[in-house]
Amino acid sequence: MLSRTADSLFWLSRYVERADYLARVLEAAARLSALPKAYGSGTNEWESAVATAGCTDLFRKFYETPEAANVIHFLAFSEDNPSSIKSCLEVARNNARAVRTAITSEMWQTINGAWLELPQMAAKATDPDSLMDFLDWVKEISLRFDGSGYRTMLRNDAYWFARLGIFIERADNTARILDVKYHVLLPEHAAVGGGIDYSQWAAILRAVSALTSYHWVYRQGLQPWLIADLLILNQQMPRSLASCYGAIAANLERLSSAYGRHGESQRLARSILVQLENNRIEQIFQSGLHEFVTGFIANNNRLGAAVATQYLS
Amino acid sequence: MPFDEMRLEDGSVRAPYLEVAKWLEGVTSAQLERRRAEAELFYRRGGITFAVYGDAQGEERIIPYDIIPRILAAQEWAKLKAGLEQRIKALNAYLADIYGPREILKAGIVPPDLVWRNPAYRPEMAGLAVPHGIYIHIAGIDIVRVDGDDFYVLEDNARTPSGVSYMLGGREISIRLMPELYGAHRVAPVENYPNELLATLQSAAPRNATKDVTAVLLTPGQFNSAYYEHSFLADKMGIELVEGSDLFVRDSVVFMRTTEGPKRVDIIYRRLDDAFIDPLVFDPHSMLGVPGLFAAYTAGNVTLANAVGTGAVDDKVVYSYVPDMVRFYLGEEPLLKNVPTWRCRDPNDLAYVLDHLSELVVKEVHGSGGYGMLVGPHATGADIALFRDKLKADPTNYIAQPTLSLSTCPAFVDMGIAPRHVDLRPFILTGADGIRIVPGGLTRVALRAGSLVVNSSQGGGTKDTWVVES
Repeated sequence: MLSRTADSLFWLSRYVERADYLARVLEAAARLSALPKAYGSGTNEWESAVATAGCTDLFRKFYETPEAANVIHFLAFSEDNPSSIKSCLEVARNNARAVRTAITSEMWQTINGAWLELPQMAAKATDPDSLMDFLDWVKEISLRFDGSGYRTMLRNDAYWFARLGIFIERADNTARILDVKYHVLLPEHAAVGGGIDYSQWAAILRAVSALTSYHWVYRQGLQPWLIADLLILNQQMPRSLASCYGAIAANLERLSSAYGRHGESQRLARSILVQLENNRIEQIFQSGLHEFVTGFIANNNRLGAAVATQYLS
Repeated sequence: MPFDEMRLEDGSVRAPYLEVAKWLEGVTSAQLERRRAEAELFYRRGGITFAVYGDAQGEERIIPYDIIPRILAAQEWAKLKAGLEQRIKALNAYLADIYGPREILKAGIVPPDLVWRNPAYRPEMAGLAVPHGIYIHIAGIDIVRVDGDDFYVLEDNARTPSGVSYMLGGREISIRLMPELYGAHRVAPVENYPNELLATLQSAAPRNATKDVTAVLLTPGQFNSAYYEHSFLADKMGIELVEGSDLFVRDSVVFMRTTEGPKRVDIIYRRLDDAFIDPLVFDPHSMLGVPGLFAAYTAGNVTLANAVGTGAVDDKVVYSYVPDMVRFYLGEEPLLKNVPTWRCRDPNDLAYVLDHLSELVVKEVHGSGGYGMLVGPHATGADIALFRDKLKADPTNYIAQPTLSLSTCPAFVDMGIAPRHVDLRPFILTGADGIRIVPGGLTRVALRAGSLVVNSSQGGGTKDTWVVES
């Protein structure tokens, strides 16, 4: 297929995935900030939402202090923020239009329909209740988009590039949450304990829709190292780094066997996957959770660049 | 009273419309309105839109769609089809001639300056053998009726005619939203158009191409007004939709950049004007084209559909000579009529036109899209005065025609069901293995009462066109 088409498919999926993630981050922040002030966590949930979305620097150009109204606007609706939900859906739709022939009509109708509805949906989201409606709508769009791709696309390179986009973005998102929140998962912090930690931990899980999964996997109360284990190493958990890398490596393998050629991106994905498979959460904590996460984000970016060089240009 | 294709002046219904007339009596405005709204939603959700240039507001608009189909009897269509085949053969022969031996000029039939001074004539094409001798692989010939007998050609579009996606979209809507009416007729299918187009393109591959040929559709990109159509056709044919930057030329061979490395391209269905296809030969500022493409073309390594320089027949003065071309190249009498045309370049014609401006339609020789024309009977005194000055200043740039009383068909408009003027654009495909025309074409309808301008850029809409076996 055309390199440009593969590139658009890859980014189309990434942007839809990112919109979904931002909706979850905002939901988790809204939930945490609604807790009684008496818990006195000392952290600003809105600030960490901006950090988790990876746009702290840009945010500071427009606002002094992060608070509910400006963060919601910035992450959900702002046109100044190229990663706001609105911008993501717009870029996704433009990419979809550019590769109209490479996606199925079900996928196109989902993303084009979302783009058409977006102005009304955004206009309605003025109070907290309707904000939740808006975020639910965004999550539903991504489910429908993902689901229609899964159900209707031919299993060929177009599908594999689209899937690659989803999983590279998803791995990045999960790693970012860990990057911003790693301190509440550290053992010294856990010793402090208390309700606020529970809420913080639950919020992390909620942002990756894994709160229920946690209970099914570990069958015990929330423990920070188990949360880290679930998000980093657990193969069953669809948003864990290990699971994302399993999918990334598999999709890259399908590409290389279809094209009959192996390259840098296959080697890199394999090696990241093997590192994750052979790691244990104790080791990660011993050598530093933060260092591990920072290293992972850098590797994930390197893989994105390798895919671009090998296939997308 | 213009000729109405459904109802004659005595109130009786013409045979092809018997079922439609019966159906219209039974259906309510509310039912029609609901279907109209559903049809609009179909276009909107499908992204079946076009862009109006110079309109900041509506980057993407949909073309109004009228849900009442236009009916042609199979016998009427057979007659029209034979005429279209004849005309496209003559047009193709004319292009092969003016880029080759120029017999028609030597015979004194077409004045030479109509070739040499025509801005759409491409001297680079002179003496060049195009693959299989085919110039116009895809043509759209605009047809109007004024009575139940004859078809008139309004203009020939031999560059990159568009609109076929609306023909196919309209059919999809008929089948979905009008099943009872559709089912009551034996409607000849048009859905195979993309297959016919692909077969045509493949048949036109260069002779030196391998057996497994690769065709692509070259689009100017997603900001082009017809982008939806480009993507739709590429999709239905299963070929890549490429932009100029996706292609490159090495050793006079065209390749596309793919995820598996360079892949050779044999046939380019280009929806990009001549001027933009290769900055090395034509417009050097073009960012849309492919440097070296023309060299690959002249080396015989790639087929361009349509060929370069086909615009030389879109000219409205050249149009007036097409009946002569039919006689000259085919030795036949033309089956389709031409609208009588005054060539303002001729002093006698000009004098007549200046005396009768309020009755005539005056058009620019190279105009299109319904722009830059004067419709005498509907024009103000100021418009007429303006055109009088224009005509005197540059007579060669204009032709004039009588104001035809275009036929009407029933349409569903704000006030209910009313007759509206229509034309028809059938699409004619010419491959190395023959001519293909899917039955019908795109009917364009002027939705404003009394308007004769059917162009989508000027408020026209479309209708599905049913060729019906009785």
